[in-house]
Amino acid sequence: MVMNGVLDARVPDGTMANKWTDHKFSMKLVNPNNKRRFEIIVVGTGLAGASAAASLSELGYRVKAFTFHDSPRRAHSIAAQGGINAAKNYTNDGDSVHRLFYDTVKGGDYRSREANVHRLAEVSLNIIDQCAAQGVPFAREYGGLLDNRSFGGAQVSRTFYARGQTGQQLLLGAYQALAKQVAAGGVELYTRTEMLDLITKDGRACGIVTRDLVSGEIEAHTAHAVVLATGGYGNVYYLSTNAMACNVTAAWRAHRRGAFFANACYTQIHPTCIPASDEFQSKLTLMSESLRNDGRIWVPSQMDDARPAGQIPEPERDYYLERKYPAFGNLVPRDVASRNAKTVVDQGKGVGPLRNGVYLDFSEVIGREGKDAVAAKYGNLFDMYERITGENPYAGPMRIYPATHYTMGGLWVDYHLMTTVPGCYSIGEANFSDHGANRLGASALMQGLADGYFVLPYTIGDDLAARLGEPVVPTDDPVCSQAVAEVTDATERFLSIGGTRSVDWFHRELGKIVWDYIGMERTSAGLEKALSEIPALEAEFWADLRVPGSGANLNQSLEKAGRVADFFELATLMARDALVREESCGGHFRAEHQTPEGEAQRDDENFAHVAAWEWHDTDTVQTRHTEELSFDEVALTQRSYK
Amino acid sequence: MSGTNGQSQHNGQSQHNGQSQHNGQSQQSQSGTLNLTLRIWRQDGPDAKGGFVTFDAPGVSEDMSFLELLDIINERLIDEGGVPIEFDHDCREGICGTCSLMINGRAHGHEVATTTCQLHMRKFSDGDVITVEPFRAKAFPVVRDLVVDRSSFDRIIEAGGYISVNTGAVGDANLTPVPKEASDTSFDAAACIGCGACVAACPNSAAQLFTSAKLAHLNLIPQGQPQRWERTESMVETMEQFFGSCTNHGECTEACPKEISLDFIAFMNRDYVKAKIKNRKLAGQN
Repeated sequence: MVMNGVLDARVPDGTMANKWTDHKFSMKLVNPNNKRRFEIIVVGTGLAGASAAASLSELGYRVKAFTFHDSPRRAHSIAAQGGINAAKNYTNDGDSVHRLFYDTVKGGDYRSREANVHRLAEVSLNIIDQCAAQGVPFAREYGGLLDNRSFGGAQVSRTFYARGQTGQQLLLGAYQALAKQVAAGGVELYTRTEMLDLITKDGRACGIVTRDLVSGEIEAHTAHAVVLATGGYGNVYYLSTNAMACNVTAAWRAHRRGAFFANACYTQIHPTCIPASDEFQSKLTLMSESLRNDGRIWVPSQMDDARPAGQIPEPERDYYLERKYPAFGNLVPRDVASRNAKTVVDQGKGVGPLRNGVYLDFSEVIGREGKDAVAAKYGNLFDMYERITGENPYAGPMRIYPATHYTMGGLWVDYHLMTTVPGCYSIGEANFSDHGANRLGASALMQGLADGYFVLPYTIGDDLAARLGEPVVPTDDPVCSQAVAEVTDATERFLSIGGTRSVDWFHRELGKIVWDYIGMERTSAGLEKALSEIPALEAEFWADLRVPGSGANLNQSLEKAGRVADFFELATLMARDALVREESCGGHFRAEHQTPEGEAQRDDENFAHVAAWEWHDTDTVQTRHTEELSFDEVALTQRSYK
Repeated sequence: MSGTNGQSQHNGQSQHNGQSQHNGQSQQSQSGTLNLTLRIWRQDGPDAKGGFVTFDAPGVSEDMSFLELLDIINERLIDEGGVPIEFDHDCREGICGTCSLMINGRAHGHEVATTTCQLHMRKFSDGDVITVEPFRAKAFPVVRDLVVDRSSFDRIIEAGGYISVNTGAVGDANLTPVPKEASDTSFDAAACIGCGACVAACPNSAAQLFTSAKLAHLNLIPQGQPQRWERTESMVETMEQFFGSCTNHGECTEACPKEISLDFIAFMNRDYVKAKIKNRKLAGQN
């Protein structure tokens, strides 16, 4: 919350190891019989939203859950492949809550809030217990106990997984817990219903405005608290590994109603995706990072070398990661691998029909271990590659290129996961909280479920306890009817522009700007350019957009128009946030700030803080607030992978 | 233009009546592009009369996915002042289960173990006429164009497709070992993405494969035992409220993008019979 203009994260006192335990005791409780007197709105039904809605309902709160999908099971959490971290130390290799905490703070390049991360590591234990009890089919040893693997450069094996479909199985677990509460009458589920505004009264969140995507009906829903679990904003790049409908709209509309938006420039680019094949490519597909364990990355040494890979002799290949980073080679962290791929492609050494990829070559390992051994490890990934590209990766190298994968930035929340709008919470990828400037592999699923199952259900009670007896704002209150009227007008506005260009065209053009200037590598000149090009394109959007059809039935163009409009404003904030942050950290790499070896150079003296931006209704630029970060447990060090 | 039964969209071409000439073999044109004709179902709403509309699709890149082809047709429709075709899609990597479509009469098209979003145009041949329809089933009413309502699947899950374990009410995960074989088979069933291809492919519009996949996932593992019989009876009987009966054609498993085995239906039938007896006993009736 904001106290006298200062961001107060409400981090409790006490030692790091005891903060959460002590705080759970000191928070106010709502007695079991009184919980049914409170109504809570949960927007989004992915890992965070579904787990929160189910858990809150189990406690006795009356919950309304909203998703724009036709079923909660479609949320994009379902696509997470690799796994979920937990400090169980089942492998007896020295893991602990403190080590997971330490790795996450360091991996986030020292830009996360220590107290939140420690709590995350603590509840990671409970998540695995909960999910296993729900029947999530985690990988198991022959003795029937849970199996672990190492992931994302961690030095311990703490990743629990369910084949390559961990996100799917965890989401189905949360979805089923939610379905049970729906059947029991504790959760009212609204599908194909999109949140288009946050309603506030006297500075407090009291509800949302939604549009029924099938009937077009726009209406208000009110409650004692609103929880936004609406995911990340990677689709601002147009091409990303996100699902097509992922968007920033719910978070952004809350931002426009007073919720600060933090660290917008922290975006994660994943190094091993299949490159785009043409202008009409709609999304990029991620290939598991595990491929880098055995594949060798290279490009032709000469620019514009059009020969097929097999005809380029060894001396004319540049295994650039092995050359530049002899110790880590092809296993350097995600951001380093991504940036280096961009460098060689920008030099004109890219491969493939569009010269937009680098080779990931398995010939050596196939020669050494045989095709069958490679197929046993990576068969499903090779099949997926062949299905998408039509090329056989056993016969020649794969082509890969980085793509946007995750966004660390999001709505600013305090230790209670409350935004700067009292009564409005944000959980999962939608908030900015636990990953700092870079998320570690297998930590997104952990955070979504930590927030939903084990953090929010505690913290929300502390706030609600003081409001016992307060009625929910009626939906015919003037604040509701005004908000509904504004959303109705905005919807009509899209339909009435009557221009010539489709929403997708604008989205694609915006994506190119964001990718070029606010992508893997940012410069002051590039960001300034983005800040002039984005508003120009945005003006064209409002003048020349064509949204066919009507607002009175299913109209996907209309849905997209609202989302892209918000992406324009977000992209501007990303550029601004990146411009002010005169340092390189995690996913934010400013070319001006690098070590002589080309590594990210942080400026801890001036930027060891969270940047949280406050929206202003007029045309003036958002105000940048800061939350200072202190590192009491984990000493600040420079990463090196040489 | 929606609902214009059988009328052509482009340069007066008359309607095509054939299925695709696709013969299962890749006959790619030299240039890497295909000239295709699509007959696409358009329907304004659940109660509106629908019909096929024909679209020419020249110069389609082989690298495009089927949904990207629909994207392009929609872009052209918008350019020409038309109303784009509504279709369900989201992750476009074959896991969310949102995309659907009957392509030449087959759920998700002719490729084995592939969702529509992962079906690429190189699997078609130059000159093909491709018929695109929504999933057809009484339990999946058309919402608009190619979009159908599959919420009946959610009703089946709500009827018992879960293990009742409130958040926080559990002990350490490794206190309940699960035999690896049981866990692996449970996973094979749990891989279902809930797309509804099984129902669309079934001549009876039955949902046995979907329902049995969830039942097997939960009934095969120790955690699922306490509610096993109650769950089975409830889910099966909820399923029967919406869907047709299974007559063992096996079309469902053929169409399933995750290749869920028909064996799970046998498992479910066996569990259902047992459940009817056990649940009566539990209720003290016998």
